[in-house]
Amino acid sequence: MAKTYYDPADLRKFGKITEWNEELGNKFFDYYGKVFEEGALTAREKSLIALAVAHTEQCPYCIDAYTKDSLQRGVTKEEMMEAIHVGAAIKSGATLVHGVQMMNKVNKLDG
Amino acid sequence: MATKSLKKLGSDLAKSNKQLEILSNGIFANDELPTFKNKISETSQFPLKAKPLEILQINVGYMCNQVCEHCHVDAGPDRKEIMTQETMQQILDVIKTTGAHTLDLTGGAPEMNPNFRWFVEEASKIGVKDFIVRSNLTIIRANKKYYDLPQFFKKHNIHVISSMPHWTRGKTDKQRGEGVFDMSIKALQELNAVGYGMPGSDLKLDLVYNPSGAFLPGDQSAMEKDFKKALMEDFSIQFHNLFAITNLPIARFLDFLIASENYEDYMYSLVEAYNPAAVANVMCTNTLSVSWDGYLFDCDFNQMLELPVNSKSKHISEYKTELLEGRNIVISQHCYGCTAGAGSSCQGVVA
Repeated sequence: MAKTYYDPADLRKFGKITEWNEELGNKFFDYYGKVFEEGALTAREKSLIALAVAHTEQCPYCIDAYTKDSLQRGVTKEEMMEAIHVGAAIKSGATLVHGVQMMNKVNKLDG
Repeated sequence: MATKSLKKLGSDLAKSNKQLEILSNGIFANDELPTFKNKISETSQFPLKAKPLEILQINVGYMCNQVCEHCHVDAGPDRKEIMTQETMQQILDVIKTTGAHTLDLTGGAPEMNPNFRWFVEEASKIGVKDFIVRSNLTIIRANKKYYDLPQFFKKHNIHVISSMPHWTRGKTDKQRGEGVFDMSIKALQELNAVGYGMPGSDLKLDLVYNPSGAFLPGDQSAMEKDFKKALMEDFSIQFHNLFAITNLPIARFLDFLIASENYEDYMYSLVEAYNPAAVANVMCTNTLSVSWDGYLFDCDFNQMLELPVNSKSKHISEYKTELLEGRNIVISQHCYGCTAGAGSSCQGVVA
């Protein structure tokens, strides 16, 4: 057994998932590659979205990958920090907006 | 921020043999990663052969007014290697006889060579198609005696290529030194003022971008768009093209990679991004690099690693086209830097 659940070196092995299911693995990587191509959004904008989502998903591999990818695209650290605050705001907003549900329930049960 | 060269600091990494040893051992000795030779052999591209000479790149000296964090030359104010007028004359004699269409002056800060202006004046009489000076920009503002450089460049129709690591002050100064950004902006505005870099202008002004850390450059055309937009909006600066150049793992950048424990990951990135199509166009196949003391190398990087050309013609004074054309290019693992992604050369991407 590995001593930790996450090993940074495993990121390089991501492509190996195709070895145990070539068809689905390849379809995923084709899709993934296509998503990040320059489109209506620039590859730079997509990289920042990916960085923010990497944080909300709390995926260490994705954080490593998209921090580096952002740097490669000339993104500044100020831009990166703002992007993850957007992610954090949505996360906290998503928690707090459920407060309305709590309030509704209190009002129903306890007038 | 460093103020001294590795050489002055007496660092082990100032020695080229030590750098070559690092690049041949570790992950490349235990077969974790393929050597560059094995990699290009997979596509039958070994040995790399020199094609007819197109670009003569002259390093007129390692002295520089800046001490940039990742300089592959390990240049700085304390470097005393300066090309003499005698060597310059030998180069002029050779240029007249070759078919090279591009003459590319680099350094250090080439303008700091006391014979720089004489050399430019003499070389411009020969009439090469593209005459490049790699100017670090800040030299133009470093001392009064350099203030007229934009006019001097214009007079001789010099193609100016300058380093600009980012369009923000913070990232630029971190890599190139405190105050470099503001001085560079001022220098670019002065170049624009005499016509350099303006749309449709024959006075060519290109910028070189190289990453500020242990990562590869992004897409060259996307970076160019970002640079143009930001420099125009913030400073009304215009330029022609942006060249994205990959940092090669030698000298100060190698020192940084090792000290920051990024060396192995960086080499993995280079090998993973290996592009056989870039190999076909690497600059060493059409370029010769001449050192401050007149010796010949396949590229500026090999010059710094003291890997001489594989030819009987080793010095500019004994230059012979027939001995140099078709020679086998000298390679090591640093060469992966020129074949990653869209490839990298002193003129930007190659594939």
